[in-house]
Amino acid sequence: MSEIQNYTINFGPQHPAAHGVLRLVLEMDGEVIERADPHIGLLHRATEKLAESKPYNQNIGYMDRLDYVSMMCNEHGYVMAIEKLLGIKPPVRAQYIRVMFDEITRILNHLLWLAAHALDIGAMTMFLYCFREREDLLDCYEAASGARMHATYYRPGGVYRDLPAQMPKYKASRWHNAKEIAKMNENREGSLLDFIWDFTDRFPKRIDEYETLLTDNRIWKQRTVGIGVVSKERALQLGFSGPMLRGSGVAWDLRKTQPYAVYEAMNFEIPIGTEGDCYDRYLVRIEEMRQSTHIVRQCVNWLRQNPGPVMLENHKIAPPSRIAMKQDMESLIHHFKLFSEGYSLPKGEAYAALEHPKGEFGVYLVSDGANKPYRVKIRAAGFPHLAALDEMARGHMLADVVAIIGTQDIVFGEVDR
Amino acid sequence: MLENFLTLGWIMIKVVIIIVSLLLTAAYLSLAERKIVGFMQDRVGPNRVGPLGLMQPIADGLKLLFKEIIMPSRANQYLFIVAPILAIGPALAAWAVIPFQPEWVLADINVGLLYLLSMTSLSVYGIIIAGWASNSKYAFLGALRSAAQMVSYEIAMGFSVVGVVMAAGTLNLSDIIAAQSGGIHHWYWLPLLPLFVVYWISAVAETNRLPFDVSEGESEIVAGFHVEYSGIAFALFFLAEYANMTLVSALATIMFLGGWLSPFQGIPFLDQYLSWIPGIVWFMLKVSFFLFLFLWFRATFPRYRYDQIMRLGWKIFIPLTLIWIVVLAVMIKIGVGPWFS
Repeated sequence: MSEIQNYTINFGPQHPAAHGVLRLVLEMDGEVIERADPHIGLLHRATEKLAESKPYNQNIGYMDRLDYVSMMCNEHGYVMAIEKLLGIKPPVRAQYIRVMFDEITRILNHLLWLAAHALDIGAMTMFLYCFREREDLLDCYEAASGARMHATYYRPGGVYRDLPAQMPKYKASRWHNAKEIAKMNENREGSLLDFIWDFTDRFPKRIDEYETLLTDNRIWKQRTVGIGVVSKERALQLGFSGPMLRGSGVAWDLRKTQPYAVYEAMNFEIPIGTEGDCYDRYLVRIEEMRQSTHIVRQCVNWLRQNPGPVMLENHKIAPPSRIAMKQDMESLIHHFKLFSEGYSLPKGEAYAALEHPKGEFGVYLVSDGANKPYRVKIRAAGFPHLAALDEMARGHMLADVVAIIGTQDIVFGEVDR
Repeated sequence: MLENFLTLGWIMIKVVIIIVSLLLTAAYLSLAERKIVGFMQDRVGPNRVGPLGLMQPIADGLKLLFKEIIMPSRANQYLFIVAPILAIGPALAAWAVIPFQPEWVLADINVGLLYLLSMTSLSVYGIIIAGWASNSKYAFLGALRSAAQMVSYEIAMGFSVVGVVMAAGTLNLSDIIAAQSGGIHHWYWLPLLPLFVVYWISAVAETNRLPFDVSEGESEIVAGFHVEYSGIAFALFFLAEYANMTLVSALATIMFLGGWLSPFQGIPFLDQYLSWIPGIVWFMLKVSFFLFLFLWFRATFPRYRYDQIMRLGWKIFIPLTLIWIVVLAVMIKIGVGPWFS
């Protein structure tokens, strides 16, 4: 008699539920998972090494591309590390803009997570509903920075430019007549802040809609309750952070525990779960979207009342205005120096961490005094989560692995870096 | 001699009419699905090929026809080709006994329902053989899943059919419809409501549609049993699925919603006023309603897990049907009106 062997299945890297390029080697006993072995590195782009050969400001764009669904939060981490080493603080208005866009990014990320998670479990309609909302938020990105995804909007010392006073509008085309265009432009008449305010007005109702489709749905509950359970102690031991940790019942949120930017002035709650299963993490993220909407509203209110500079006036770090550059010799020199050589950081090291939508995102920066970082180490929130995949999936069925990958909210841009 | 040939010719013509209209239904059902699910999902669906996208199924069909059938290098070549044929064959053959309106039936046999049950059971072979012959782990898993699923739901489905047979006292489909005449409350959906619900859910499971599509399970096993198929071989699986959807909808119509009978039967004024409408129109309307339900489910529900489907089938549906068959027997014995008196 030959020995009975486990069935091995190669899940990915080309797989609809692999969230990019995850390759899982699954050892299965029938449909039950005996061992899940994640293989990473298929999206490795050497971001950390690349950053060592570029002046500080030119690396901001790479940060967008790490976790490509929460772009500005990544930038924030990197920019915060530089500011820490330089010992500067951006103007308050810039900090409010950053907090607002961090929360918009959180909603963006959670919407994509919900879309993909629901699609993995088979609820296809959620995917399109979520993308409908993402469209509006990406328009906000575009209005502020000019790019829909990879914004490169945060800079050491503030943000690249102030929020636009006019929201871009749709123009009539052969696909939409004037009446339709008028309807599409209804909430675009005012400034970007008005548009965001309008979004926060309607978004909670949209979340209610999603919840009617999923929260009490028996099939959804059967697929998520009791799946991928991580206890409170184990979650801490495994180095979880963000919603993965809060889903297990630990109220740890860097926005509250070590506030950065202007989170101290914000009024919001941290939702936590009790069971630590996929369903709890789902509820936590849904509630986080509501809380983020709340924070965005507070920021919009403040930003409307308090105009001011959004960038430091220190032209050793922040570029002078283009008009000044054309007329003023000193500004021209500053401009030339900044965009060729860049600025140098004092010798030393700094670690800046923030509450990224997926967990703790940290940038550890070592400077040897040059205009380029000596070393950039990025702590990706998803990495420890993925490492726990085996533990979470063991004993579950093949279909549950898909649910667990979904609940971890993995993005390979940041895991592989 | 000549008469025999004429009879044979006439049967062949009828077969061709049924198959062509069936394949067209299947093709346009796919367009309807994309359109309806599209509107449910806040988008427009295909609208580029022809007016309102109406030529889309033709374009898709042509594309699939001209694409290469890629044979996996270590697949069982014979079975790999046979599988899609085995899938589409029963799906089309089952239509031989479906009555579209009085006298409009290819073969008015006395064991029509039995024939249908055996034909729908056969279609699982196509899937199992496809999964086995592909020599792919994903396809194999899909085939195993669908084999288990279809076999267990066959039982629940069979028991609901038993209820109908008890109520009508015949296996002939035309007679089953005739037994339901007398208006909308005479149809069997009312006395057999639990069986109707069980039948319909089993039918969705039987055709591997969402929320029971674990054998295809896009996000788990990619496309399940037909992951290795391309070109017209894939199209045959696709057509078989849609033909089966139409078939179970037609069956539900015949067994529970009175087939070709007008819903206004027995209502004084409306009945006479609408009597010019041929029965096939009512039949098609009812079938469309069930087909719409298929699409509606698809846009609404997440997917069950494989073991949960099994639990639902064995632990809930089969006991439920058994109990209701007993209740039904009592109802027939004491002659509960208006159905059994």
